[in-house]
Amino acid sequence: MAPSSDIDIDPTSEEVLLTFYRRLYPFKQLFKWLNRGPERAEKESRLFPYREFAFTLRNDAYLRYNSYSSDVEMKKHVCLLTPSRFEIGPVYSAQPKDKKTVRPTHFRAEKREVVFDIDMTDYDPIRTCCSEADICKRCWGFIAIAVEVLDTAIRDQFGYTKLLWVYSGRRGIHLWISDKEAFELNDDQRKAMVEYLTVIKNGKEPGKRVNVRFGMKDLPPTLKEACQAINQTFDDLILQDQDCFGSQEGYETLLSLIPDAKLASRLREKWSQKPDSPSYIKWDEMRTEILALKDKHARQNMRYAMEDILLQYAYPRLDAEVSKHRNHLLKAPFCIHPKTGRICVPIDPNRIREFDPATVPTVGQLLAELDTAGSDTSDGEHRDDWQRTSLKPYIDMFEEYANNVQEKQTKIDLSW
Amino acid sequence: MFQAAKQSKLPKNESANILSVDNGSTLYRLSLYDQPPLYDVTVEEFETSALDRLRILAEIESSAARNRSWDETKQVTMTQCGKYLPLNSNSALGIDVLEERRKDRLGHFVLRLAFCRSEELRRRFIRAETTLFRIRFETDDSNERRAFLDSKDFNWISVGAEEKERYKEQLKHFISAKTDLDGAFQSEAFYKVKWTTIPDLVEKRKVFLKGGYAYVPAREQASIIYSAFEERLEAALRVTSRAIPLVDEDTRLNPILDNLAQGFIAGIPSDWVASAETTGEGITADMVDSLAKQHFPLCMRVLHHSLRKDHHLKHFGRLHYGLFLKVLGLSIDEAIAFWRKSFAGGPGSDKFDKEYRYNIRHSFGLEGRRMNYPAKNCLQLHSAHEAGCPYRQLESSPENLQSALLSSYSAQGLTINDLPEIIAQVKKKSYHVACTRVFEITHARSVRKGEGLSDGESVTHPNQYAARSIELEKETKDPKMKVDHGV
Repeated sequence: MAPSSDIDIDPTSEEVLLTFYRRLYPFKQLFKWLNRGPERAEKESRLFPYREFAFTLRNDAYLRYNSYSSDVEMKKHVCLLTPSRFEIGPVYSAQPKDKKTVRPTHFRAEKREVVFDIDMTDYDPIRTCCSEADICKRCWGFIAIAVEVLDTAIRDQFGYTKLLWVYSGRRGIHLWISDKEAFELNDDQRKAMVEYLTVIKNGKEPGKRVNVRFGMKDLPPTLKEACQAINQTFDDLILQDQDCFGSQEGYETLLSLIPDAKLASRLREKWSQKPDSPSYIKWDEMRTEILALKDKHARQNMRYAMEDILLQYAYPRLDAEVSKHRNHLLKAPFCIHPKTGRICVPIDPNRIREFDPATVPTVGQLLAELDTAGSDTSDGEHRDDWQRTSLKPYIDMFEEYANNVQEKQTKIDLSW
Repeated sequence: MFQAAKQSKLPKNESANILSVDNGSTLYRLSLYDQPPLYDVTVEEFETSALDRLRILAEIESSAARNRSWDETKQVTMTQCGKYLPLNSNSALGIDVLEERRKDRLGHFVLRLAFCRSEELRRRFIRAETTLFRIRFETDDSNERRAFLDSKDFNWISVGAEEKERYKEQLKHFISAKTDLDGAFQSEAFYKVKWTTIPDLVEKRKVFLKGGYAYVPAREQASIIYSAFEERLEAALRVTSRAIPLVDEDTRLNPILDNLAQGFIAGIPSDWVASAETTGEGITADMVDSLAKQHFPLCMRVLHHSLRKDHHLKHFGRLHYGLFLKVLGLSIDEAIAFWRKSFAGGPGSDKFDKEYRYNIRHSFGLEGRRMNYPAKNCLQLHSAHEAGCPYRQLESSPENLQSALLSSYSAQGLTINDLPEIIAQVKKKSYHVACTRVFEITHARSVRKGEGLSDGESVTHPNQYAARSIELEKETKDPKMKVDHGV
């Protein structure tokens, strides 16, 4: 293989995938995470062997209901199939590979991590830098604020601590929550959790989509906190960087969110003179207008409307269907994104702002690193080759997370 | 049977306490049904207690299908409960509350057996039962409700003063007070529970959430109980479904249970019985035409229409329509006259005396087995392959159903605007709801939406539909004459 730039490497070719799965993919850590217990308990475990894996083959065929007794067996099969990517499903009440032989009523999705999916496409109505599949450092600002808000809410309000954020390889981010309670939630509870955290109903059209108040009441405490967090970055992200109201289309959307018709028409008159004035100036002009309102009640209404605007522009936009049901599949961490060749690596939520999707290693880059570093193949098998590539910090992070998820086994007292 | 299926689950040494355990479960009007009835019951008791309860549950279901408001649902259900399944509080005098409660518990457990068999039935049963529980909980005497709550352990933790003060700002949001917010906050007690026990409140952001605990104002406690009720019932049904093979061997109970489950699917356990007021009014053969135009449900209109058009009806058409007319009040002589006239000129006119006359006399109980057959009810018409319920048979071709509805009912005020609602119900397989809605629309002068035939009852029998329609006409003609409609 040519040891140079990664451009001439096709991330979907069999050779590339095979090398990647054989030498780099962290099957061991994956097993440790999903099995939630020490490896020696492997035989008795009803976790990993009851877990569904679904493969997307290179010809786009989709294979569901695979399951394995161990990471070794899984690695063997994956290397045989060399899928372009694979997804993780729930733990069933029977081994998924036996699905055809068990009675349908005895084959139920029982447990799985709670997952969330945030996708940049849901931000298309508001982002101004790219659209559809593209993503740049600038749009990452939306993801960053979404991660901050969601991470805080889940840790603080739901009390979950075992959160794994994974870059999806192109334009989104996934969250896996592995706490025992989360792992065992039923579908109703999952739905409740998602609805609790959802503010913006998906839809491509612009217009008001925030409806979180009952009557004319204050925001509920959880959204109040979210609003405060958003407020800190609203200036930078929405007004400066994205310049969301810098065009006529952009400010018309903003005006449509203002309930006070008179105020809106005054602003429209003003802005139509200079439709291209920067967003922060328009925002300030709006503020001045609001402060000038004489009626106390109208001012209060506008304050509410401002909060709703903050939420509409920067509150996390969740793909709710992914999270509601246990039997939903989600792409496994460390897969290769077939279009970009980037690895789906875990991300530290505390350093989410520093994260740049463009710096995530691609499979081409990793294989080149392997070639330069050489390999310890003395016994014919590749061990921990990832240690010598730029994948190392990510796998270390993953391993630490997997260790963290281990359920405390009730110690069997052997002293007698 | 219960003893066989349920008692075996109790540890042996507890059997001696069964009586006292059972008394405990009838101490309160409300029950979470955690103790099955452990005593002998007759097969008849077994069936009637279940049928009466099923009536209530079916009414609750059709209330939901018809989008009744909560208050209306409550009102209708309470009326039906009063008729079929009264359940009085301890303070009620001169009433055997113990007997009422026994019947309540028994009916519930019989229905569990009938409805644990499929996921779909379980889900519907749980929803209806939870609604019933909720209605009873809301209407319970407040002291007894408190006593009932105290007797159960729902794992809630009282929030201490210090903690309450710490989250004052957030908790205040969930207090509604017009004037003195601080005072209201001080006087409100809070409980905390794991958020997973009250997903419905969490979903709507109606509680404050911190560290996995939901902080619930005391007045929202009810919601916790509803979900506890639901959860326990769901788990219990699952257990029951595993034990059901034991019951399946009992040939006395199986037909009853099957019948109950079927009745629920059709909407209502139908046993509308024609009462004296509505039959025997001396209807004559030549009145049928005008009656059909004004008072018949769609199924019978369709039959009447095709009889007029073709001068013939096939066997099941004759059977269903003939019995319907008989119960409506057509005497044997008039019936023969009616059918002879209707068949004149049709393909069957020459063999009328040979064949059909016998059939008609047979259905009146004058030939052969000499059994006076009752008219077919909605449940039977649902499952009929020919000449059955048109809402069901035309479900897959809504255009035909729409034109049939318009041509049959437009003279009585049904407009094209009413159709989407009716079709929607048919799509949901709520045929009886669709039929009831048509009744409401065509009798809009005397029946409000949601009122159904009377007291919110749905159509369960074509004759019930026609009888009520005729009755309403009389009431409007002579408002002073109070008609006492037996049901």
